[in-house]
Amino acid sequence: MALVLTEEQSMLRDSARGLISDKAPVSHLRSLRDSKDPTGFSKEFWHSFAEMGFAGLLVPEEFGGSGLGYVEAGVVMEEIGRTLMPSPFLATSVVAASALNRGGNAAQKSEYLPKISNGSLLATLAIDEGAKHRPLQTSLQAVRAGNGFRLSGAKALVVDGHVADLLIVAARTAGSAGEREGLTLFLVNPKAKGVAIERTIMVDAHNAARIDLANVEVNADSVLGEVDQGATLLDGVLDIGRGAVASEMVGLSEEVFNRTVEYLKSRKQFGKLIGEFQALQHRAAELYVDIEITRAAVMKALQALDTDVAKAASSVAVAKARAGTTATRAVQEGVQMHGGMGMTDQFDIGFFMKRARVCEELFGDANYHTEQLARARGY
Amino acid sequence: MSDKTSDAETADLETFRGETRVWLEANCPPEMRKPATSDADVFWGGRNAKFSSEPQRIWFERMRDKGWTVPDWPKEYGGGGLSPAEHKVLRAEMAKMGARPPLSSFGIWMLGPALLKYGNEAQKQEHLPKIAAGLIRWCQGYSEPNAGSDLASLQTRAESDGDDFVITGSKIWTSYANYADWIFCLVRTDSTAKKHDGISFILFDMTSKGVTTKPILLISGYSPFCETFFDNVRVPKSHVVGTVNRGWDVAKYLLQHERAMISGMGERGVGRPLGQIAADSVGTDALGRLDDAMLRGRIASFDVDEAALAACAERAVDLAKAGQAHPAFSSAMKYYGTELNKRRYEILMSAGGVDALEWESERSKQGARPRAWLRTKANSIEGGTTEVMLGIVAKRILDLPGA
Ligand SMILES: Cc1cc2nc3c(=O)[nH]c(=O)nc-3n(C[C@H](O)[C@H](O)[C@H](O)COP(=O)(O)OP(=O)(O)OC[C@H]3O[C@@H](n4cnc5c(N)ncnc54)[C@H](O)[C@@H]3O)c2cc1C
Ligand SMILES: Cc1cc2nc3c(=O)[nH]c(=O)nc-3n(C[C@H](O)[C@H](O)[C@H](O)COP(=O)(O)OP(=O)(O)OC[C@H]3O[C@@H](n4cnc5c(N)ncnc54)[C@H](O)[C@@H]3O)c2cc1C
Repeated sequence: MALVLTEEQSMLRDSARGLISDKAPVSHLRSLRDSKDPTGFSKEFWHSFAEMGFAGLLVPEEFGGSGLGYVEAGVVMEEIGRTLMPSPFLATSVVAASALNRGGNAAQKSEYLPKISNGSLLATLAIDEGAKHRPLQTSLQAVRAGNGFRLSGAKALVVDGHVADLLIVAARTAGSAGEREGLTLFLVNPKAKGVAIERTIMVDAHNAARIDLANVEVNADSVLGEVDQGATLLDGVLDIGRGAVASEMVGLSEEVFNRTVEYLKSRKQFGKLIGEFQALQHRAAELYVDIEITRAAVMKALQALDTDVAKAASSVAVAKARAGTTATRAVQEGVQMHGGMGMTDQFDIGFFMKRARVCEELFGDANYHTEQLARARGY
Repeated sequence: MSDKTSDAETADLETFRGETRVWLEANCPPEMRKPATSDADVFWGGRNAKFSSEPQRIWFERMRDKGWTVPDWPKEYGGGGLSPAEHKVLRAEMAKMGARPPLSSFGIWMLGPALLKYGNEAQKQEHLPKIAAGLIRWCQGYSEPNAGSDLASLQTRAESDGDDFVITGSKIWTSYANYADWIFCLVRTDSTAKKHDGISFILFDMTSKGVTTKPILLISGYSPFCETFFDNVRVPKSHVVGTVNRGWDVAKYLLQHERAMISGMGERGVGRPLGQIAADSVGTDALGRLDDAMLRGRIASFDVDEAALAACAERAVDLAKAGQAHPAFSSAMKYYGTELNKRRYEILMSAGGVDALEWESERSKQGARPRAWLRTKANSIEGGTTEVMLGIVAKRILDLPGA
């Protein structure tokens, strides 16, 4: 497979870019933030997204989706990254749709996937519990009760948690924190008794929530995949999410970089354009190379996911680790090279820095994924 | 992917892959399936070439007969005539079995591509087949004592005299000049023009009267390069490649290929994964992890970057194929690949500890590791320094002012 977009993928990129840059530039995020919008994204725009087939991009055609692959999902995520558009695309269309499609039985798929495709259902994965992403440390308890289970515990950084119509909750049905065995995914109605959801306003002004489950009763039909054997399903779904976030980070990095290079070509000090100073030129050049290399690594990972999700772990670890270090560098250089301007809220660059920080924590930061690679390679 | 490649082409490519795998399996001697660890493991060709082993000879001759010393050159010039896609397949299959390149040379990496683009038919007929067959070994006469990064300020003169140029001056850092049969050389043919406009690219035999070389010892203790002196060397004008005084175009085009080749060093491993090499000498803790957390972290970060660079190199080839490559991208890859290779060897030295310090002994293969470590320091200098590469990216790709 060539590591360049096909003609169809380029067309998809162009239409996503056209739509997003037109309707949801960075000022869109700014106004959602400033008005303390209760939804945190534009419902109207989400419906046009669905009409264009993006909401069900990964959903098979038999369930009303577009049946496209992870490379295509990455293409859309990258465009989202360029304008930092808050959108249910990541949580619902990429992560939850993949979880349902890969782990769901026929009834679950036909109940939820068509609604994801037409934009009427928002769903999200609730995984993290502590300060850092450690999926195997999951300790939210699910104990058998009658015909079903009773869930108790807490989740953090649940993307779109306060607006979701469906929660996919990772819980422990056996074993103890740290073990692969004994993890199970549950479909939970956020309105069920015992579910408490607190919207957490985050640094990046994107949606997140803390969710508390206190003796929440679910029936046996709510198990997604197999009881105790959820780790493998989770690995795949998380890797898909990681590939998508890495794509968002590539888009974000490139946009910050382009804006910074433009600034270097327009700001004058000492009677010269600051872009004439070699100290800045070389740093800009290094950053350019970093972004190009990361872009290739991310594309490689998305193609690996398209080929076989189960075998993509190492490529995904490389991609997410690289995306993390590259985006961190890009936003820091972006602010620094804008001087005092970069520090102002009025200027967009700070939004990129904030979003990059959240993307870095989402589904594991660069340290986490670098560690995973070391373990996979046995040293 | 429903690219422009039709299904038939894809099927052909898979057939080619299968046949190639079978052929390599049958023809590549087992000894040639591990990475070269010393210069003797590399076959450079040339009039005085000697094989360091029988498997080296066999492997070279079999590959040469298929045209696969230069797989993507046209068949009429001794190449394999492979398409870019087939070439990618061959490279991938060779990498999979760890097969060494059968022949290494500046002729293959640098001069050949320049001749294919700028040479006239007679020059191509004369030189390309001899490069492909490893008969002539070439060296590169670019740098001078006062023209390094600022290459275009070179002073070696070529005076017109009838049908000849008469060349006088000196070059420095000429790799393997003392072993080379011929040189491709930059000379000043017009000293009144602006510095880029009076340069010609010319070829001549190193046994010509007036050529002398003097080896220079490197910090690695080896002497792979030389000072090279020209004292009224007479060269026919027909040996100029491209147009007289337009040699800079040829020189720059050749540098793109040189940089791509050097950046490839960042992709080439040293046989075994660094983490394992380190674990063998440093040891592991109770969990089986490398017993040096900082080193382990450095290796893991290196592994991430190495894998990412490999993807980028693959993408660069695919972009070129799709006609979307930026011509200056080889400078970006050269910068990153060489810096990465230096990191690789810093890690190897750290992993080796005291054992990696031995300079002369059977046990250390005459200090192979420290010498290789020191050699890598040149990667970010030769073929254009890291700073020069970054300058090129800033100017040509980012279009920054005054770069
Ligand atoms: C939080 C904060 C508080 C401040 N408080 C005060 C205050 O109380 N009083 C006050 O007077 N000022 C204050 N400043 C202003 C501060 O001193 C300036 O922001 C600073 O001097 C940089 O100038 P600039 O913002 O115009 O950036 P610029 O000079 O435009 O710089 C932009 C970028 O170009 C780089 N650059 C510029 N020239 C060169 C060069 N020759 N070579 C290489 N790179 C170069 C810079 O390093 C920077 O990365 C404050 C700024 C901030 C952010
Ligand atoms: C192992 C080895 C093999 C070589 N083989 C060959 C060969 O076969 N044929 C051949 O012709 N040459 C060869 N070279 C020479 C090589 O191309 C030159 O060394 C290289 O171009 C740098 O030139 P210089 O050594 O004169 O360094 P200089 O140009 O003097 O550079 C010194 C330092 O200044 C920096 N610098 C220079 N200009 C700038 C600038 N504008 N901005 C910022 N920094 C700058 C450089 O990056 C470097 O760090 C070889 C070199 C080595 C080390």
